[in-house]
Amino acid sequence: MNYFIIGFYALVIGASSMAAFYQKRTLFLLLFSLTLVSFIMGIVGGEAMLWSVTILAGLIAFSAGVSFSFREFLVILLPADLAKAMRTAPLTAGFGLFVIFTYTISGVFAPIIAPYGEAEVISSAFAPADENMLLGADQLGRDMFSRIIYGARNTVGLALLATILAFAMGATAGLYAATVGGKLDQLLSRIVDVIMSIPSLIFALLLLSIFGTNTFTLIIVIAIIYAPRVFRLARSVGGNVVVMDYIEAAKLRGEGNWYLIRKEILPNSAAPLIAEFGLEFCFVFLLVAGLSFLGLGIQPPTADWGSMVRENATLISFGEITPLIPAGAIALLTVAVNFVVDWMLFMSSGLKEQ
Amino acid sequence: MGDILSIILKRLGLGLVTLLVISIIIFGAVELLPGDIAQAVLGQGATEENLAAMREQLGLNRAAPIRYFEWLGNAVTGDFGRSLVSQQPVSEAITTRFANTLFLALYAAIIAVPVAIFLGVLVALYRNTVFDRVANVITLTSISSPEFFLGYILILFLAVKTGYFPAIAKIDDDMSLIDKLDRTFLPALTMVLVVVAHMMRMTRASIINLLASPYVEMARLKGVPAWKVIVKHTLPNAWAPVINVVALNLAYLVTGVVLVEVVFVYPGIGQLLVDAVTKRDFPVVQACCLIFAATFILLNLAADVGSILTNPRLRHPK
Repeated sequence: MNYFIIGFYALVIGASSMAAFYQKRTLFLLLFSLTLVSFIMGIVGGEAMLWSVTILAGLIAFSAGVSFSFREFLVILLPADLAKAMRTAPLTAGFGLFVIFTYTISGVFAPIIAPYGEAEVISSAFAPADENMLLGADQLGRDMFSRIIYGARNTVGLALLATILAFAMGATAGLYAATVGGKLDQLLSRIVDVIMSIPSLIFALLLLSIFGTNTFTLIIVIAIIYAPRVFRLARSVGGNVVVMDYIEAAKLRGEGNWYLIRKEILPNSAAPLIAEFGLEFCFVFLLVAGLSFLGLGIQPPTADWGSMVRENATLISFGEITPLIPAGAIALLTVAVNFVVDWMLFMSSGLKEQ
Repeated sequence: MGDILSIILKRLGLGLVTLLVISIIIFGAVELLPGDIAQAVLGQGATEENLAAMREQLGLNRAAPIRYFEWLGNAVTGDFGRSLVSQQPVSEAITTRFANTLFLALYAAIIAVPVAIFLGVLVALYRNTVFDRVANVITLTSISSPEFFLGYILILFLAVKTGYFPAIAKIDDDMSLIDKLDRTFLPALTMVLVVVAHMMRMTRASIINLLASPYVEMARLKGVPAWKVIVKHTLPNAWAPVINVVALNLAYLVTGVVLVEVVFVYPGIGQLLVDAVTKRDFPVVQACCLIFAATFILLNLAADVGSILTNPRLRHPK
């Protein structure tokens, strides 16, 4: 028994008692579960485990604080109607927006932020972290930190491009099929059925084995694989809009299909499509990361999170966490986008019910 | 009963047609190669004689449709031709590896399905409490993480730092079942983490849907105790969506296995596929893709049929 353990338990028990005394039900439940969990952890893992619990709790508290201040910052900054929606947003959404903001900044300003170039060899292989290199060097002696910053530009940029392309193709075809109907609709829907019945990673591997792996084919292949999902959603959402009276009126006015899609259907089906864009981005991003991890994505020496994990994977067996950092960067962004999408879906469904 | 049988037969027929179309895509994709297989294998520097010999050997001189039907006919009987790299019959390499992959997927499924359904029902009952929110955040995080992230975290903490489990899942046929289960625990756990999160969310959503239905409210109003509402009124109706959820996630398991196999160096079909793709060994790629697609379609079909069998309303489509 040392002071840390005594202090730790005194703190959690004291905090849960305080919460119970002031009738903060939610807070009490959280703190008391933390107490119970740390009892078990303490018995199983001893002091080291308790330290990790403390660090984890601290991290969560810190990110909650950051999300809260970022949300307030956005509330002040945004125009009135957006600020109102922002104020009721859950903390998770604030966290998501903050992470997306950070990634955007580091992606756009990568050459300014990163101390070294992405392919610049500056030290020996797997050199540990020192005052020049925040996270140490990778398997060729390149600065890990700089490569992670550049990765935000390359990996996320590629995923974003592929998503936009998939979305443009899928949404256009879906809305067009919904407007025109008939044989074209049937044909497109059957093609989509077939593509969706092949697992996406497998299909990507098949296509990449044939067309080779360069950035351009990668984007096209991923867009083709993910466009059908957008097509289905756009078609079903558009199908609900097409039967409205104002579409009938526009048709009688003599408007063409393209006008109908652009001016009447698209604005009325935007909300679910935007949420789908977020989800789609997550899927595409994970697929890109997976392909790069398999060595079939973005090719070296371009910095890319997926391949960085694979190249440094040997470090894991020495108990180093270096390969987990790019993997964590991937996970963090996907989580963040998911949080924001969750909130948007909740908002749109909540508005529908009222 | 005749009704059900005909509906199920129709679904099976549809699945078969889909599989046929996919086989055409898989075969046709290789035909799209710039040049042909012989050119791709031998490279730009190949002489005309070499190319011609290779074409002769692979039977590339005949028309594509004829070769397609030959390939398909052989594939149905389990003969996928010879590997371009090792010259071994593809089916030999695939059989044991596919069994390994199924073993891993089954292992993960046996752990994941009960846990996920139990937890899903639990968070559905306690929805909108703090536990539900925490579960929501944790499952979202787990879904969003790439499989290799979870895999390496598990390796770091459960294999390297503590040494509870082996980090590399090399297995062979001579091992006892216990040994195999121990060796493959970490890859199975990785997949369990992802699949449980998916299944939990889907189970929660479908149970909440049911709890909002009028007959559940009626049961509550007439004073049925809470557990009885669940056991007698909700669960019989929940089987259809839950079976659907399980089958869909099994389908995910079989394909999501590729990354996990690579992380843990597990001798499964996923790793074979990745190797074949890097070496551009087309017969192996085609065979692996066909097997994955067939498994995927089969499980999706099982989801359809299962939900039809357990939901009388679907048996009488309007």
